Amino acid sequence: MEHQETFDKVIGIIKPFVKNTDKLSTADEHTRLLEDLGVNSARLVDIVLAFEDEFDIAIDDEAADRVHTLGDAVTVIQEKLK
Amino acid sequence: MVVTGLGVLAPNGHGLDDFEHALREGRSGIRFYEKLRELKFGCQVGGAPQGVEEIKERYFSEEQRFSMKSNIIAFGAIAALDCWRDAGMESPGDASSEPDFDTGAIIGTGVAGIDLMCSYAGPMIDGGRTRRMGSTIVEQVMCSGVSARIGGLLGLGGQVSTNSSACTTGTEAIVEAYWQIRAGRAKRMLAGGAEGDSHYTWGSFDAMRVLATDRNDEPEKASRPMSASASGFVPGSGAGILMLEDLETALARGARIYAEVKGADVNSGGQRQGGSMTAPNPYGVQRCIRAALEAAGIRGEDVGAINGHLTATMADPGEIANWQAGLGVAPENFPLINSTKSMIGHSLGAAGGIECVASILELDRGFVHPSLNCEDLHPKLEAYAASIPHETREMQPGIIAKASFGFGDVNACVIFEKWDPRNFNQTRSS
Repeated sequence: MEHQETFDKVIGIIKPFVKNTDKLSTADEHTRLLEDLGVNSARLVDIVLAFEDEFDIAIDDEAADRVHTLGDAVTVIQEKLK
Repeated sequence: MVVTGLGVLAPNGHGLDDFEHALREGRSGIRFYEKLRELKFGCQVGGAPQGVEEIKERYFSEEQRFSMKSNIIAFGAIAALDCWRDAGMESPGDASSEPDFDTGAIIGTGVAGIDLMCSYAGPMIDGGRTRRMGSTIVEQVMCSGVSARIGGLLGLGGQVSTNSSACTTGTEAIVEAYWQIRAGRAKRMLAGGAEGDSHYTWGSFDAMRVLATDRNDEPEKASRPMSASASGFVPGSGAGILMLEDLETALARGARIYAEVKGADVNSGGQRQGGSMTAPNPYGVQRCIRAALEAAGIRGEDVGAINGHLTATMADPGEIANWQAGLGVAPENFPLINSTKSMIGHSLGAAGGIECVASILELDRGFVHPSLNCEDLHPKLEAYAASIPHETREMQPGIIAKASFGFGDVNACVIFEKWDPRNFNQTRSS
């Protein structure tokens, strides 16, 4: 799967969890989920579950802990897709 | 101490005007539920607020709705936002703003998020899928889930807590808030109760054989408090929340005042002297009513109307005997008495909150709502026949006494008086 395609899917998945929705339109790989988008830290669990369902992959806790930015999310997903 | 805001989401109406019209019309919110028939319930009728999904979409963001799958959270949050706006409070600040340290909330529930626990979390855990449940279960099933959600939505900085005392819960919350403000611990408190609609909750009562099973084909006739044919209560749900406020604070901000909280009491019958887990000690009930009157500085004959607990079980005649003894008035001088549950069923932990909203609306708008389905009055209540309205009475009751009683032999009573600024002046000059 192309990098950009994965990024776009990630944006779609996290959208329901974002409090600062105005930041989504300018989000890039460096955008931080908690600090920039206002995602409640507890919801990272739900976001990772949604990644697993969408991409049909398993994301272990160690990999999930590496997800801080949108770019991190794309990296972890693409690793697991290989 | 005064009431400056109201919020209600009931089986027969949402919002003050809709709920007032429902009460005046005697509009029932009891409906037949096919799901209960499929599950072989004895009682296949119940009361649940209507159109809740649409209200949630209007009131809450997608992010907020994600953790609002348990109905108790949604019902309580809707009524709390309505109450906040009705009280004329400013919109809560954003995540970076300072909380409102002058305001707290005590929002009770009888069973909390049992619906989500039974329908989702239980099967997931038993199926070995615990780690796929997601993050939102605890905040929705914890007893304080409803007060915690409301505290966050409104940025409350006072005490934010949930009380639980079975069917006394909603009224007890209001008494607790009254005491907190009187103690100077808050300037204002949101107080009331919320309960979700869930066949898991309702089923537990069906198993006890305490629900009405004989009017599944006539839902609006199923809840018959004070009638000779009362056969059990109809389970309900919803939320009712009051804004209680220190008088000085309310006047200083120019708040619209509905009523004064004249006095209140909470006690327990100790499951003695005829009381048990499920039945009230009559002396405990009478003492609670007398203590509320004393706190209010009024006599029994000053009470213009009673909003009873009156669930439509065999306990109704005993309740009225307790009111008569507690107020110390002869049956011929007994005040008007009605049961809001005759229209909406018994909403358990939310009942006291919703019924206090009904009582305040009656005081504010000058009426006493009918008590449905008791044309065949219970023989033990014949002496009180003139006190039971079958149609709406257009009148000013002046003072309404509201009580709730619950499993565990627990009691709560609160006395409301229609707000009259002249009373305030007398109080100030005396």
